[in-house]
Amino acid sequence: MTAASRAWAWLRHRALPIYAALAVAYMLIPIAVIAVFSFGATPNDKLTFTLDDGFTLDYWRTMFDLPELNEALFTSLKLAAFSTVISTAIGTAMAIALVRHRFLGRRAANLLIVIPMATPEVVIGASLLSMFIYYTFALGFATLLIAHVMFSISFVVVVVRSRLIGFDRNLEEAAADLGASPLATFRLVTLPLLAPGILAAAMLAFALSIDDFVISNFNSGTTVTFPLYVYGVSLRGVPVQVNALATLLFLVAVIAVALVIVQQRRAERMAAVRPEPVVA
Amino acid sequence: MSRRQRLVPYWLLGPGLLWLLLFFVVPMYFMGELALRSGSLTTGFTFTWEWANFPDSLSGHTEQIVRSFFYAGTATLLALAIGYPLAYAIAFRAGRFKLLLLFAVIAPFFTTYLIRTIAWKTILSDDSPLVGVLQALALVPEDGRVLATPAAVIAGLTYNFLPFMILPLYANLERLDMRLIEAAKDLYASSRTAFLKVTLPLTMPGIVAGVLLTFIPAFGDYINAQLLGGTGQAMVGNVIQSLYLNQRDYPEAAALSFLMMALILVVVSVYIRFAGTGAFMGDEDERERV
Repeated sequence: MTAASRAWAWLRHRALPIYAALAVAYMLIPIAVIAVFSFGATPNDKLTFTLDDGFTLDYWRTMFDLPELNEALFTSLKLAAFSTVISTAIGTAMAIALVRHRFLGRRAANLLIVIPMATPEVVIGASLLSMFIYYTFALGFATLLIAHVMFSISFVVVVVRSRLIGFDRNLEEAAADLGASPLATFRLVTLPLLAPGILAAAMLAFALSIDDFVISNFNSGTTVTFPLYVYGVSLRGVPVQVNALATLLFLVAVIAVALVIVQQRRAERMAAVRPEPVVA
Repeated sequence: MSRRQRLVPYWLLGPGLLWLLLFFVVPMYFMGELALRSGSLTTGFTFTWEWANFPDSLSGHTEQIVRSFFYAGTATLLALAIGYPLAYAIAFRAGRFKLLLLFAVIAPFFTTYLIRTIAWKTILSDDSPLVGVLQALALVPEDGRVLATPAAVIAGLTYNFLPFMILPLYANLERLDMRLIEAAKDLYASSRTAFLKVTLPLTMPGIVAGVLLTFIPAFGDYINAQLLGGTGQAMVGNVIQSLYLNQRDYPEAAALSFLMMALILVVVSVYIRFAGTGAFMGDEDERERV
């Protein structure tokens, strides 16, 4: 075998992993850039493509020193918290109805949940604004909350649903057999088993809300959320503190998701413990 | 079943359906209503059944509409080309790295969309090392730019919507019965034939779902065109955004936005007719056709 054909064989065998590694790198490059740049000293405190001026922790130290940024971040966190609580409660109830019950209008309900997910954000934002214009409704925190709950609901339903479908209903029957009332069964058996799904849905709703720019841009009035702030300053030059903050948020999200995965695996192991079948 | 029990699902669904009706369906009606008005910002807009707004909104922005199809279409094909092998590798070759790789795929979601796109702006900026390499390879002319070109916008769209392509593909590939491929090979199919005749047709639902979930948001996007494109790269989303928020020409903006919604409803309902709502809901339970 010649060297060339050996190299070719090696490449053929490794082509897929190499390609996959490159694709993963492509997905992670911007995140790395954001993180690296949060440590880069730049002459004018705005993002430029140099790290020549050395390594600094200044922007991590002064992360919360920009009043406008703080205010926007606080608005975003408040908005995301409210939106998460409302959409998770509403969406979980819908998921339970869709999985546990067969009723008239089920397909229509499914459609109404699916279509918003397939609608471009620009259309959702524009249509809501059209309605608010018609009623001369003042744009601000309330309209943002309405919009955020609206686009989060569908995603909550999808996540909780997938958890419910794999649910072992024998556990609930066992509780009922042991004399638990339907409410007690729900509280003591259903809810704890469903909790990881609800938690995952809530995290997704929170992430969607805190990240949303397009729909918020249409319906915010003078209220400024974190993405709206970033957009506003992006025309002049983004303060490097934004990079530090984005990196911090990224780390918090990664840790939160990792914890949920660990917790979910533990819950699955617990749910998997069944009495051994008696062999005659 | 008692009457009370029969009403349970409606009580559970009620608040959510009401919210979606009031703040998703009803706004579409008001957008349609706004699209049929005429007038100007100073005189106010009055409802006059101004049907001409619809053809006018199209003919006035043919360039941006054609561009949106081209950019979003190219980005979707690129995402498929990048995403399919990656999803395949994660599903079958990743071993114990599977969870880590899936994590990498969704990692972009943990940073703000806007900040990610601004990061791309930095990566593609004129003094960036990447552009230097591209110039050295003569892929970009010596004094050429990457930022503010169609390529930059398409790269941004591909990047930002890639997870929407990978996740349905992965979900589909994951369920693929490997015995079918083994059977094909036992019957003397080459790897290539087995892929083309078995794997590809069986993963078609994932491909279609991924293509829709990538193309639709990419088609309506305006952030990438705004931050990474120049003056000649505006898409439909930019037009709608600017007509609504800057020029305040509401009827024309509403007409254009309404037509975009109509187009997407047609595409999605055709898709749901064939595949059910399952692919969007992420499970097989809803394979029943709507």
